[in-house]
Amino acid sequence: MNKISLIIQREYFSRVKNKTFILTTIFTPLLFVGIFAVSILLTNQGKSKHKVAVVDANGFFKGNLKNSTDVHFEFPEGVDTSNFVAKGFTDILIIPKFEGDKKTQYLIRSQKNLGFSVQEVIERKINAAIEDQKLQENGITRAQLDSIHSQSQFAEMKTEELGSSGVKESNAGLAIAIAYGCGILIYITMLVYGMMVLRGVMEEKTNRIAEVIISSVKPFQLMLGKIIGIGAVGITQFFIWIVLIIGLTTAAQSFISAETMEQVRTLQQNGGAMPAGGAVQASEAAIKMYTFQHTIGTANWPLIIGCFIYFFIGGYLFYASLFAAVGSVTEDVQGSQSLTVPITIPIIFSFIIMTSVIQAPDSPLAVWSSIIPFSSPIVMMARIAFGVPGTVPYWQLAASVLTLAGSFLFTTWLAGKIYRTGILLYGKKVTWKEMLKWGFRKS
Amino acid sequence: MPTILELQNLKKYYATQKAVDDISFSIEKGSIFGLLGPNGAGKTTLLRMITGIFYPDSGHIRLDGKIFDPLNDIAKIGYMPEERGLYKKMKIGEQALYLAQLKGLTKENAMEKIRFWFKRLEMETWWNKKVEDLSKGMSQKLQFVTTVLHEPKLIILDEPFSGLDPLNANLIKDEIYGLAQRGCTVIFSTHRMEQVEEICDHIVLVNMGKKILDGSVHQVKQQFKENKFSISLHEVPASAEDASFEVIDQKANALVVKIKDGYRSNDVLQYFINQQHTIESFHEILPSLNDIFIGLVEDTHAKTRAFQAV
Repeated sequence: MNKISLIIQREYFSRVKNKTFILTTIFTPLLFVGIFAVSILLTNQGKSKHKVAVVDANGFFKGNLKNSTDVHFEFPEGVDTSNFVAKGFTDILIIPKFEGDKKTQYLIRSQKNLGFSVQEVIERKINAAIEDQKLQENGITRAQLDSIHSQSQFAEMKTEELGSSGVKESNAGLAIAIAYGCGILIYITMLVYGMMVLRGVMEEKTNRIAEVIISSVKPFQLMLGKIIGIGAVGITQFFIWIVLIIGLTTAAQSFISAETMEQVRTLQQNGGAMPAGGAVQASEAAIKMYTFQHTIGTANWPLIIGCFIYFFIGGYLFYASLFAAVGSVTEDVQGSQSLTVPITIPIIFSFIIMTSVIQAPDSPLAVWSSIIPFSSPIVMMARIAFGVPGTVPYWQLAASVLTLAGSFLFTTWLAGKIYRTGILLYGKKVTWKEMLKWGFRKS
Repeated sequence: MPTILELQNLKKYYATQKAVDDISFSIEKGSIFGLLGPNGAGKTTLLRMITGIFYPDSGHIRLDGKIFDPLNDIAKIGYMPEERGLYKKMKIGEQALYLAQLKGLTKENAMEKIRFWFKRLEMETWWNKKVEDLSKGMSQKLQFVTTVLHEPKLIILDEPFSGLDPLNANLIKDEIYGLAQRGCTVIFSTHRMEQVEEICDHIVLVNMGKKILDGSVHQVKQQFKENKFSISLHEVPASAEDASFEVIDQKANALVVKIKDGYRSNDVLQYFINQQHTIESFHEILPSLNDIFIGLVEDTHAKTRAFQAV
């Protein structure tokens, strides 16, 4: 046991002290935040303002057609499709006379392609204007209409689910976010750190140090030490990332709060009919903050974190030992590729299954794929986010946990036997069939 | 002399070949033992069984008179395999420490031993270097140190001199002698016969998984000698004939003679003395291990070829 801990320490510290590791660990979150910031900046700057000349044969759009941040409507005289550019407009909207409920087409001609979002904004605005006009035709005054618009936003949806301990609040959006987050983390761990195990084993083999080491320790100890050591590296990296991300977001919040406030304000103005005023805006933001924290609070965090750690470690052990087995029989990366495909395919598949499971977390596909160990780490984690025992009954969770435990013990045992033979074998191309034969033979 | 290692009817069969087929021998404590054989003879498989990496299919290994227990006895053995290497990115000092600790040494004890050996082999300045910065010979030296660091009773060296220049080879050779004098037993596996002749007390030759020769270097040479003598004369006679010998070669003023059955070397000398020749030197030509090796290996190969043809 003491020897395994020596191996774990070497595997761990030789990687953690590595410059590349330190740099990627520190810069990856910075890079993500940077990409995120830049993309927000670019979408904000990339939006061009549209000044639309409206030629309206009906005469009721003036006053009913509302402007948005990017689209500004004007009703000038003597503008047509031939001269709107010269008069300083980017687009021209020509609305023919509506005749009752008869289907009519209106035309918008632009200098350049409108783009999907602007097109949608204009369409929505026109439909809203038509709706308002129809209401007014039926005897509702403009003032009544405005008051209806502002009052009709008083209600918001609250979802609840029936649990064993009574009714509790639920939130599908949060569940989806947690499901995706956990799924992606486990997916990345299994692939990235699995490949790291493979390379580590292969390095020992090609460096010809394997035989030196296994004249001191058992091959199984060497393999297990490597798997655990690299797993610990993964956990360390995630831990640092979480700390960094929390730190960065806190810093970013205090830094760009003024800008955020501005965004919140414009957002609400676009919604229309909100009374202006700084004090109201601030309380709105506070309410948003409160609801966010309240939403986060609805999730069963101890269970989710506990399960995440279990499925994270279990999934890693399950796949890492298979990667180690492949590493032990190959001497170069190219040679290993054909052998790793049968391992990576189930990982990728379980991710695809997860995306569909999020839509329907209690479908038969979801239930079975969350129990079968090849996909259970990713899929079960996604389902747990939707609630235990609501979406995932206790028996399913227990079945998943136990199967995974049994399976990683099995793959580690199997990989250990393949590894023992493979690590000392040079100059031979091995297939999965042979590897399994070594794995299952008696000795 | 007590024996340290005893192999009894060891067998290890692979799917396609009998790698080790019923081999028995024993090694005396404090001796330098040569395990010889051509490539693919089964030497490495045999050594891997002695080091506990492989389990024999049948037969027993006794270490110090007790049945070999790989888990606990591994610390008594230092093994430098033919396929050897080190972690390239690791610092040399840390590497030596790691390997020593894997053998069961405590950190303090290991550090002390490393300092001793690094000083002895003039490697003190290497501590913070990485293996990838070392030349092949230097890393070979490091490999040797890590093999003997934990003071094993039994040291197994598979081709220890490959890649070493004569200077370093001598250095390691002296260390091997030194270790043997201090009571270590050294198993030395190679197919370089001149080194075996120089270093080993006792040899075993294996081929095709079987032991074909076992004895001290002196015994083996005596066993395979062909009664050839070289005699240098002041003046070589035109013809030399006697019932006791026949001349088989002549180089400058030396004759190579083969003594016929039933005669002794003295009979040859007698003849030349009687002929009034001035003898400058007279010595026996013993076969080199190389010749014996080639003769035996080719012989067994010939047999198997013949066997396969039938």
